[in-house]
Formats: sequence, C-alpha cells, structure tokens
Amino acid sequence: MVVYLGSLFVLLLAAFWETNEFTAEVVHTFTLDNFRTLWERDVYRDVAWRTIKMAALVTVADAVLAFPIAYYMARVASPRARNLLLVAVVMPLWASYLVKTYAWRTMLANQGILNWALDPIGLNGPGYSTTGLWLVFTYLWLPFMILPLYAGLERIQPSLLEASADLGARPGRTFLRVVLPLVFPALVAGSLFTFSLTLGDYIAPGLITSEQFIGTVIYSIRGQALPLAAAYTMVPITIMVVYLLIARRLGAFENL
Amino acid sequence: MLLRLGALATLAFIYVPLVVIGLYAFNANVTQGWPIEDFSTRWWRVAYEDEAIRDAIVLSVVAALGATAIALVLGTLASLAVSRYEFFGRDTISFLVLLPIALPGIITGLSLQATFQNAGIAFGLLTIIVGHATFCIVVVYNNALARLRRVAGSFEEASADLGADSWQTFRHVTFPALRTPLLAGSLLAFALSFDEVVVTIFTSGAQQTLPIWIFANLSRPRELPIVNVVALVLILASTIPVYVAQRLSRDPTAAAAPAAAGAGAKQ
Repeated sequence: MVVYLGSLFVLLLAAFWETNEFTAEVVHTFTLDNFRTLWERDVYRDVAWRTIKMAALVTVADAVLAFPIAYYMARVASPRARNLLLVAVVMPLWASYLVKTYAWRTMLANQGILNWALDPIGLNGPGYSTTGLWLVFTYLWLPFMILPLYAGLERIQPSLLEASADLGARPGRTFLRVVLPLVFPALVAGSLFTFSLTLGDYIAPGLITSEQFIGTVIYSIRGQALPLAAAYTMVPITIMVVYLLIARRLGAFENL
Repeated sequence: MLLRLGALATLAFIYVPLVVIGLYAFNANVTQGWPIEDFSTRWWRVAYEDEAIRDAIVLSVVAALGATAIALVLGTLASLAVSRYEFFGRDTISFLVLLPIALPGIITGLSLQATFQNAGIAFGLLTIIVGHATFCIVVVYNNALARLRRVAGSFEEASADLGADSWQTFRHVTFPALRTPLLAGSLLAFALSFDEVVVTIFTSGAQQTLPIWIFANLSRPRELPIVNVVALVLILASTIPVYVAQRLSRDPTAAAAPAAAGAGAKQ
C-alpha cells in the first residue's frame, strides 16, 4: 500500500518536473510547462477528446446491449435459466483480456470472419478502424454493465409495474417513467466501469488501430518525456474523480 | 419475444469471438483467414513442446501465488482493522485501498516503474509480484470486509468474555467466518494476477509471464497458430474459477460481484 501510494505521489510530482531538451534527463525543478504543452498542442487535445468520445459511445452501446439481457434475467427467466445466464455472463470476465482482444483482431482482419459474413450483403466490416475499436471496447466491458443493471432491475418491486399498468400506462410509458428512473443509479454504476476502463486502456487501441488514444500516447512518450506523460495521466484521473463524485451523488455506489 | 431476441443477440455477441478463436486453434494453416480450410491438431504439439511457453506459465503461476499470498495477509489485516477498530485515518485507508482498482492500470504501472527505477530495484519476479499485489490486496480486502460487516463484532466480544485470548478468538471465531470469502478472494486474486498484462508490461523487465508472452507474439505472424492454442487453453481454464466460485457460494451473484469489482484492476 505504501509502495503504491508512494509511487502514485512520485508520479503526481513528476508531472511538475521538466525534461532537459539536450540530454532527455528528468530535471527536478518545479514547472507548469507540461500542462501548458498539453493544453496548447492540438494533438494532445484532439487525442483526449477522441478518447472521451470513445468512452461515452462505448458506454451507450453497452447500456443498449445490456438492457434486454439484464431485464430478461431479472424479470422473465425462471430461476434455473437466470442462474445459467448469470454464469454465461460472468464466464467471459474470467477469460483473458488479451485473448478476447486478440480474438477480435482476428475477426476484424481483412480475411477475417466479419468481412466474410458481411460480403454476401455487399458490406465491409469496420476493419482496424476507430469503429472497430469501438466494437472491441463494447465487447470487453459489456459484462461490467450487465451485472449492476441486472442487480438494479431485480430490486424493483413488481407491484410498482403493476400499479403503473393499472393506472393505464402502456408498457412503453411504464418503462420510461417507472423502470428507467429506478434503474438509473445502476446504469451509472455500470458506466463507471465502461467509462474508466476505456479511458485508461492502451493495449486494445494499440492492437486494433493506429489511431492514438490517451493511453497509447502516455505509453509511447513515457520514455523520452516522463513528466509530460505524468501530466497527461491527470486527464483521466481528473475525469474519473469528478465522475466518481457525481456518481456518489446519484446513489450509484449502492449498486456496485 | 423481442426481449428474448435482444437477450439472445447479446449472448451471441459475447460468445461468438470465443468460439471463433477456439476454432482457429485447430487451423492447419499459418495464415488466419476465414473460413478455415484445413483442420489439424499439429499446433497443439508445437505449443506443448515450446519451452518459452512453459517458462512463461511457471513464472505466471509463481507470481500469482506470491501476489495472492501477500494479498491474503495484508488484505485480511486491513479489513480487520477497518471493520473492528476505530482509529485515526480509518476512512482514508478504506478509500485509499480502493484506488488501485479505481484508477487505470497504466497509471499504476507507470508510477511503479518510475519508483522502482528511482530506487534502483532490478525488474524481475519481485517487481512483478509487488505490482500484482496492489490490486490483489483490494480483492481480498473487499471480500473479507463484506463478510466482517455482516458478522457482528459481538461474537468476538462473547468469545473474549468467555475467557478466550485474542489468538483463540481469531482462530475459532473470526477465521471460520472468513474462510469462504478469503477463498473466493484468493481465487479471484490468483486469476487476476495470472491474466494481468497492463501493469506487468511496466514491471516485468525482461521476464515473460504468460500474458506478456502472448502480447509479444501477437506481432509475429508465424507464431499466431501457437497463440491460438494458448488462447483456447486459457478460455477453457477460465471455466474452472467460475465453477469453483459457484460451488463456494451457491449464489452466482456472489461470484459475479467480486469479479466485477476486481476485474477493473487488471485494466
């Protein structure tokens, strides 16, 4: 614990150091230049913005994909089927992250199964593009969305849905006005995972596309410019801290 | 009906990639085209005889055992301290312990690497274990703490009133209550450590754990058939902890919750 916190502190401190331009050595003098560089250079802003957009889109896709199966498990399935489905959802969480990313790399390849399946209807797979990466992230973090959503849906009293129907609401209206507000904290809890995991990842982007993201940039500049890399980590750290504070406000922590 | 279709679609989305990679493990060709033209088991033999893989597996197991052992001791102690005693900084500790899984792994990795470098510690088994222990501790701590919150401290007080010293109380009262969550916690810690790549890249130096071996070989097209075999073996192996967790708890959500809480660590 001490090692971890100490290391974290050193990293935070390193964000205020500078790199000697001639020797590439880290000089321990206090400076805000790293943050100014990050702010003024378009590349860093573009990459940060692209990463945040990606995290948001992954979160939305996961929520859409997770809802039907979570709802089915919580409210429709028999106890036996529910049990099986839960195991089916949990199992991939234990499977290696690298193996899953690699599986997608194979599927997205030019000669891969996606292009093969889409070819008869005249379409092309996303290939090694940002869209391809979006699919991979959506896939990787999906169970993290399904599980809190399932727990949240299971807690809703059936009588509330019946009451809504008795009062004349159609299923769509009941869903919008009763179910959705009740599971919202669970949705936020799930989004904590999908969002933060996407923000910091550098392996999946590196394996799937040549497009740069916060994680890949930190990884590639850490050798020559550790202070700048350290300063860049402040972006995901700040976003996650703010996100955590908002989530706590919304009551998402009870749903973790 | 629509709901069932949606649920099925999501389930298919989850499993198609795993099945596809499983089929590739029996692909006779070196190229990874689809559809697979010739099936063969020849790469299994090659993978089985590969010494680098064997070394990587041994290193991964040793590192995972080491990290789990550290996590068991420190995680249990931390959970006992936080749940049973009032002390200065208690809330801070319970928050700080969670940090390694709340922050992206690249930050943990980068900061540990910088620290080890500055301290002049050589990268190797020791640094791998320390890196893994940061998030393994959280997993054990969380599992133990959840149980300790439900088991009232009054049991321990009763034990003390009946004349047991603190060791006897731990041995006969606290520990039996903690056995299942500690088992579940170490299972998860072991699995997370065995699979970890994000932090390990920063702390392993020249050593190759199994995930690092996979990562290094993904960029070598000629090695991909062997990677496929290893991938399928790892997918099949991941059913073991699911099965054990099921047996341990009889309640799949109990196995799911720590997995969800802990798996954030590996990223």
